[in-house]
Amino acid sequence: MRARGPVGWRAGGIETACLAILVFTAFGSALIPLLARHDPLAIGDVLATRLVAPFGRDATGAFHLLGTDRFGRDLFVRMMLAGRISLFIGIGGSLLAAIIGTAIGAVAGWTGGFIDRIAMAVTDTFLAIPRMVLLLLCVAFWSPGVTTVIVVLAATGWMGVARVIRGEVQGVRTLAYVDAAITLGARGRRILWRDVMPNAIGPAIVAATLGVGNAILLESGLSFLGLGIQPPRPSWGNMIAGGRDLIVTAPWVALAPGVALIVTVLCVTLLGDALRDVLAGEKTRVGASELVS
Amino acid sequence: MARRLGEAILLVWLVVTLIFALVRLAPGDPAALLVPPNATAADAARIRTELGLDRPLAVQYVRWSREVLRGNLGESFVQHRPVTRILAEAAPVSVWLGLASLALTFLIGVPVGMAQAARRGRALDHALTVTTTAVYAAPTFWLALACVAVFTYGASSLGLPPSLRLPSFGLHTPGVTLSGMAAFVDLARHAVLPVFALSIVGAAGIARYARSATADLLPQEFVRTARAKGAPASRVYGVHVLRALLPQLVILFALSLPGIVAGSVFVESVFAWPGMGRAMLLAIQARDYPVIMGASLLYAAAVIVANAAADMLMPVLDPRRL
Repeated sequence: MRARGPVGWRAGGIETACLAILVFTAFGSALIPLLARHDPLAIGDVLATRLVAPFGRDATGAFHLLGTDRFGRDLFVRMMLAGRISLFIGIGGSLLAAIIGTAIGAVAGWTGGFIDRIAMAVTDTFLAIPRMVLLLLCVAFWSPGVTTVIVVLAATGWMGVARVIRGEVQGVRTLAYVDAAITLGARGRRILWRDVMPNAIGPAIVAATLGVGNAILLESGLSFLGLGIQPPRPSWGNMIAGGRDLIVTAPWVALAPGVALIVTVLCVTLLGDALRDVLAGEKTRVGASELVS
Repeated sequence: MARRLGEAILLVWLVVTLIFALVRLAPGDPAALLVPPNATAADAARIRTELGLDRPLAVQYVRWSREVLRGNLGESFVQHRPVTRILAEAAPVSVWLGLASLALTFLIGVPVGMAQAARRGRALDHALTVTTTAVYAAPTFWLALACVAVFTYGASSLGLPPSLRLPSFGLHTPGVTLSGMAAFVDLARHAVLPVFALSIVGAAGIARYARSATADLLPQEFVRTARAKGAPASRVYGVHVLRALLPQLVILFALSLPGIVAGSVFVESVFAWPGMGRAMLLAIQARDYPVIMGASLLYAAAVIVANAAADMLMPVLDPRRL
């Protein structure tokens, strides 16, 4: 049986296309910077190579698919290298957030009582701060870089998953088979991870997938403000920032990474929607929680 | 009611304490940023003493909390002005920007989502789904830059009429003194691009939500009744369906606030608006602790109050949930 797409389109054509684009981006960003003739970081003869338009050749005769930036670096290769960093941070940050959220939510929902109350108070406290403010505070005060951004994204993004998982666990633990497992003498921890979690993990997977897009957007935002990935290492956010004052003379510098960013996040979002249709068994429901970022 | 209020105040206090710990336990020294480059270590130490930064953290925390309860947020390290005055100047800019954008978010998002649900599975629905999902995937700062590129710099070369050549820097046209209506028009023209850039991403999100929420409502009997008694489509959607959506929309309104705060940081940065987002960003870069704490307090209070207000409105809008 073929799943219906999130927009009611027939079959999974859209999802397949999204997956193909993401796989291409992942492989391309892993391989192209290694194979390319242009070094994405090195600055050569700036005057001869800077601000070449897309599909143009610079003064040395080298071809540039998407043109060059103000330092004469090839935009396509830089964009691919940036994609490597952005995807890594997006997936890493979202995955870590989902793991933290699942652990906290599962323990809170399973144990109940005092621990649950404390865990939910902490969750509510974190949720009450606009995530961007929290991110700015964290990133600005610790040395910027890939690890910092991933840790900070995880530290500010686990609350939604924790709440969902807590609810799921609370729902599942009342089911008869859990009573049966208790009667059989299984230990609490074993029941939680072996019997309850497999039935409660679906929403966490959906949230983690949708969280990847969100994490990529947040990373690009921080890098745009100069607080995320630091130049000369490219990230889509700091590449857009680099093209900010060139939008009149060389619009492609900001356009290319922007389009890459939008297409990637779009694909992740559509895949997340499709995954929700399959895993959560709900059709085309957009949860309010995902609007919170 | 009183209990809800107590919880909200407790939550604000917890948030502020968390931010205090987060900011102050981080490495770095504001005194090092305040002294001139040729200053000695003794100069930095003197400034630390003046600012009270040499005291134990717990003492500083108690002192700061006590002053906050008296309504005193301290003095900015950098600007040497009371934090309350800095925030009083910056907050109105952000509040108006945020409120105008939030209103526009819903005014665009809800009708678009409803139109999609009404034409579900048809070409219009597909086109709008692609558009909203793509816009939802776009970063606010990139859209803001695109707006600037098209409407400020590109307007003349693209042949747009003069009324669409919009300014994209600051709140007023510099060097001109305007009054009355002319001043308002000038401000409004400066506000078009920031408000649009800030609301369009949110509108796409709301449209995505409104589409699925409306689609859930349409098969219900009250909709069929409304149609059966001959109500025109505008009344079915504008009155009956909208009324049923209202409780969810109020919750969404409160939930949208953090997103607007995040967006305003970027929009204020791109358009050079002297609002809270920019004040926060500058304070963070300069490690201006009093301003950071004051702005955080204001942000947290706004979000928590909005959530509490939405909770309290819920029984009024939807008596079934009492």
